[in-house]
Amino acid sequence: MSKMVATREAYGKALVELGKSNSQVVVLDADLSKSTKTADFAAVFPERFINIGIAEQNLIGTAAGLATTGKIPFASTFAVFATGRAFEQIRNSVAYTNLNVKIAATHAGITVGEDGGSHQSVEDIAIMRVLPNMTVFVPADEAETAGAIKAAAEIDGPVYIRLGRLGVPRVHGEDFRFSPGKGVVLREGKDAAIVAAGIMVSMALEAADILSGQGIEARVISMHTIKPLDEEIILSAARETGALVTAEEHSVIGGLGGAVCEAVGQSCPVPVKRVGLRDVFGESGKPADLLVKYGLTPEAIVIAVKEAISLKS
Amino acid sequence: MDSKEIQELSSRAYIIRTDIIRMLGTCGSGHPGGSLSAADIVAALYFKVMRIDPKNPKDPARDRFVLSKGHAAPVLYAALAQKGFFPAEELATLRSLGSRLQGHPDMKKLPGVEMSTGSLGQGLSAASGMALAGKMDKLDYRVYALLGDGEIQEGQIWEAAMSSAHYKLDNLTAFLDHNGMQIDGPTTEVMSPEPVADKWRAFGWDVQVIDGHSIKEILEAVEKAKAIKGKPQMIIAETVKGKGVSFMENKVGWHGVAPKPDEVEDALAQLVPYCFSAGGGVVYE
Repeated sequence: MSKMVATREAYGKALVELGKSNSQVVVLDADLSKSTKTADFAAVFPERFINIGIAEQNLIGTAAGLATTGKIPFASTFAVFATGRAFEQIRNSVAYTNLNVKIAATHAGITVGEDGGSHQSVEDIAIMRVLPNMTVFVPADEAETAGAIKAAAEIDGPVYIRLGRLGVPRVHGEDFRFSPGKGVVLREGKDAAIVAAGIMVSMALEAADILSGQGIEARVISMHTIKPLDEEIILSAARETGALVTAEEHSVIGGLGGAVCEAVGQSCPVPVKRVGLRDVFGESGKPADLLVKYGLTPEAIVIAVKEAISLKS
Repeated sequence: MDSKEIQELSSRAYIIRTDIIRMLGTCGSGHPGGSLSAADIVAALYFKVMRIDPKNPKDPARDRFVLSKGHAAPVLYAALAQKGFFPAEELATLRSLGSRLQGHPDMKKLPGVEMSTGSLGQGLSAASGMALAGKMDKLDYRVYALLGDGEIQEGQIWEAAMSSAHYKLDNLTAFLDHNGMQIDGPTTEVMSPEPVADKWRAFGWDVQVIDGHSIKEILEAVEKAKAIKGKPQMIIAETVKGKGVSFMENKVGWHGVAPKPDEVEDALAQLVPYCFSAGGGVVYE
């Protein structure tokens, strides 16, 4: 297996690269720069780094003010605080205004681990996706993260980037090119399709291996952009395989699973089984143990694929 | 500063007040009390203090004004129209479908609006971000913000108060429209923000307390504020909610209720005599 790199670490590196090529990029954090890895940027560009302290509402509001002047602010903190504590600031000062603010939130999902449910965001994709003007990226590995950060800076408008704490393997080759709004077929298959995002992409690939050994060929799609959703790739998968499974480290309500159901429900209804948190909060524990307890494993995806196939009409 | 100029600006504030009354009367909803109380501050900023050009509303070097108490949109719209950011006839479209004059200011729709506001407590953070950018880019523009005294019950205000002082944003001047009233009653009864001067001083701001209806005091306070180095400045403007219209003054009930036609007539009869020197001002009949 390749080297494990957390998407937050890839974010820290990507920010520094971005800072070198674009002098308008400024970075804000709320006293978590060592954890979110914005400290990497702060070390190279101290004059363009603003620590707002433990004040997430002001973090977002200040970023909005900076954006009105042409700056490209990246505001970072944990996903729970960015999207929860400062939701209404994001809604009214960033999304309603369509300002050029990038919210790069780390420590998303239950793989935060020991800090427990208070710090494990399982609803952030849903509440960012529902906002008009917002683009939502959920990168799966360091390559998607680097691409998402570069793309975010090029998009003129608000972007939410969901990042994780846990090291994850690479799912893309060296030749990968990130294209916002375009899902990526990582493996072909005709019996079912697994649409995954974030840490679940590598697990979807493992699940497809297991299924292949049992004579089931599952297509695997990395859906790094949740909004705007690549409906074309989803509807093709629905038409060509007739059974879908979504996999995300997020509630099954409102996130990737919700988005995929909305898309197929309107245009090409097929069974969709959603792997994710089943309307529950997380808890303290080692990330690996939590993933097992909450059913975020290749084995859980395998079961979901078989269920989806059994529901085909 | 000569007395003629002060008289002109005071008259300008009353012309703004007549526009506020006409706009609200026409559309039948809106917030007269806190718009009228802020008219002198807004008149002084737009017609004397700020370096702005309606023909070049996005000039990077322009001064900025953030109406953090966004429900006072009519006072901002009246000033922007009179300044030439958009045709004054458009004031009559306030709050109607398709209008650029939304119930609360929308920067995406209306030229001259620097920040969309209305959800209380958010404007000062934005103003602080603008001031930070000015420091980063070594531009000498100044940022002005207008806060309500009910609004400062919002926690975000104090987050922004802290960060603005921490980053020594001496290019940021905020006004507090200290009219003492909010929707549910006197601020001291609903949730007292007092003592306001001590609070802002404790957060590291330079603080002045002035008569918010004295153009002379407003202008003098701004000059003093501009000379302060290393600190943001708060000008606490003691004001009267509903200022200029006798039946609205200090009446909580006029926070968010528009005057009826006969009340519009009564109010205008009281305001017009003060619109003596700058001429015009009555932008639609």
